[in-house]
Amino acid sequence: MKLTIQVNEGPYQHQASDSAYHFTKAALEKGHEIFRVFFYHDGVNNGTRLTTPPQDDRNVVNRWSELSKEHDLDLVICVAAAQRRGIVDDGEAERNGKDATNIADGFRISGLGQLIEGAVQSDRLVVFGD
Amino acid sequence: MAEDIKKLMYVNRRAPYGTIYAWESLEVVLIGAAFDQDVSLAFMDDGVYQLMKGQNTEAAGMKNFSPTYSALGDYEVTKIYVEKESLEERGLTLDDLQHLVWEDEDDDWAERDSIHLVSRAELADVMAEHDMMFNF
Amino acid sequence: MSILHIVNKSPYEKNSVAMAAGYAKEGDTVLLIEDAVYAAVKAGSASAKLSGLDVSVLGSDLAARGVAEDKLADGVNVVDYAGFVDLVEAKDSVQSWL
Repeated sequence: MKLTIQVNEGPYQHQASDSAYHFTKAALEKGHEIFRVFFYHDGVNNGTRLTTPPQDDRNVVNRWSELSKEHDLDLVICVAAAQRRGIVDDGEAERNGKDATNIADGFRISGLGQLIEGAVQSDRLVVFGD
Repeated sequence: MAEDIKKLMYVNRRAPYGTIYAWESLEVVLIGAAFDQDVSLAFMDDGVYQLMKGQNTEAAGMKNFSPTYSALGDYEVTKIYVEKESLEERGLTLDDLQHLVWEDEDDDWAERDSIHLVSRAELADVMAEHDMMFNF
Repeated sequence: MSILHIVNKSPYEKNSVAMAAGYAKEGDTVLLIEDAVYAAVKAGSASAKLSGLDVSVLGSDLAARGVAEDKLADGVNVVDYAGFVDLVEAKDSVQSWL
């Protein structure tokens, strides 16, 4: 089965990103294909490398980055939602005159069309949110 | 129907302005229109408040996105389902909502209502016909 | 076509469990995750909303909240994340009652 996962909430505030991560990992372990993980609404905050959670807690952002590296996962952050909330990569920094970037490894910023394409190309869309 | 066309339903259950979900959901619908899929919108729970007439956000200092709903017909988004139970629970009728229409090119551009008032049981049947549900 | 209805809200805070129950048809499954797991507790008044439906609950979210499996309503299936994936595959589509 080919899956697209949508994550609507940021890390720590809500369990949605944890649930999405564990679901994605379990699907990969069962041999399913993850077409894309799409981060929308405050979910774009999963893609900042500047978080520093306490050492005795999980690192939600790094966990996604590592899963992406291990399985060549396509982690896409919605550009419109990212611009509102200040998630920036090199291209966005240049386009919008920002003095810093914060995007984490394995994530990329792209358009909402990526979510629709994910739904059209996949067998299932599974949404995690608040 | 061609194999690469899917039935997509956008499920709207949130009130506008208190959170951004309604507005960012509408942004997906507008972008999604370019993909030529078979699209429906469902409004239930507090989602029915999104379609209220007479929204004026000037004093609240927020962007009023409600006029965008009336443009959906131009994006060929013509199937809008409003759940009757949600409307009634909130003391609303269709008259409290914007009148949304689309123009039927197969019938000399006759104006048709986009909004279908359906019961929960009917909307459950409609939902079951869809391949994908978008939730916000 | 069959639907997997995912609910993640406590039935004592939001109406999502009731909505999922209202939309679930024969052949559908309701999966309770995150704070929705409280809906599966037999002694709680909300469990009545799910009677007659095919209900699964995510075991790790039950355990995290200190809810023992022997407290669940009759007929509720406990699944792990692999079981969650299987449910997604077994149904034709997924509706998340956020």
